[in-house]
Amino acid sequence: MSVIEISSGVLLALGTFFCVTGGIGLLRLPDFYSRAHAGGLPDTLGATLILAGLVLLAGPNLIAVKLVMVGVLLHVTSPTGVHALAKAAYSRGVRAEEDSSE
Amino acid sequence: MPETPVRGRRKPQPAHVLATFAWLALVWWLWSGHTEPMIIGFGVASCLLVVWLSVRMEVVDDEGEPISVALGLLGYVPWLLLEIAKANIHVAGVIWSPRLPIRRRLFSVPTSQASELGNAIYANSITLTPGTVALDVRRDTILVHALTQDSQEGLETGEMDRRVTKLERGWGEA
Repeated sequence: MSVIEISSGVLLALGTFFCVTGGIGLLRLPDFYSRAHAGGLPDTLGATLILAGLVLLAGPNLIAVKLVMVGVLLHVTSPTGVHALAKAAYSRGVRAEEDSSE
Repeated sequence: MPETPVRGRRKPQPAHVLATFAWLALVWWLWSGHTEPMIIGFGVASCLLVVWLSVRMEVVDDEGEPISVALGLLGYVPWLLLEIAKANIHVAGVIWSPRLPIRRRLFSVPTSQASELGNAIYANSITLTPGTVALDVRRDTILVHALTQDSQEGLETGEMDRRVTKLERGWGEA
């Protein structure tokens, strides 16, 4: 295996780790708003690392550029979607649990 | 508060029209990768058609084509990506920790941006950073839900707010 393939594999594995962590967070966290935070992991670092791994495999060409644009698109649309969900929940009166300081 | 631009009142500025065309042409070529003159001709024609439609739709302004912040983004995006990476590691640590050390809080942060575009960039940056989600964007504040004390304190330093405001001012005043 070449250096590029190995680095790509490492990036893909790390990206997968953050995606899986996001999924576990969705299950473990207790309420709607805290789950919204877990949803951010796969959308940001998870996707970025996986796309970076794929860019390495694709090589310097137009496919790599398209992969980067997928990342840009995700980083613009993901917070918009999360905010829309959170705002809808907030304005419909979903109560945000607050914890006292530890 | 700055005057909210009313669509249709102002004619589109040449710089915005040009930027729209340039961006469309660049994306068209990156998507297609064609270099034959005839196909490029079709590409240019379709870009011109879309520019014409966009001008008719009155969406060619600094909000639709934010050239004023384009250069500033080059400095802001790497900083934001680093913050996102740090926040990801923090939240991942919280999720994997057996006792789930969260401390959920609702709080407001002040915003110092002058434009709606600046406000939107700030609110989206907050949401994009795991651990903080913008719930409601108000006149001079943003209501935020934070997952942990670290997330809240990180945002309350106001560094992100300052950087977005600097980005919003764009060239010249920076």
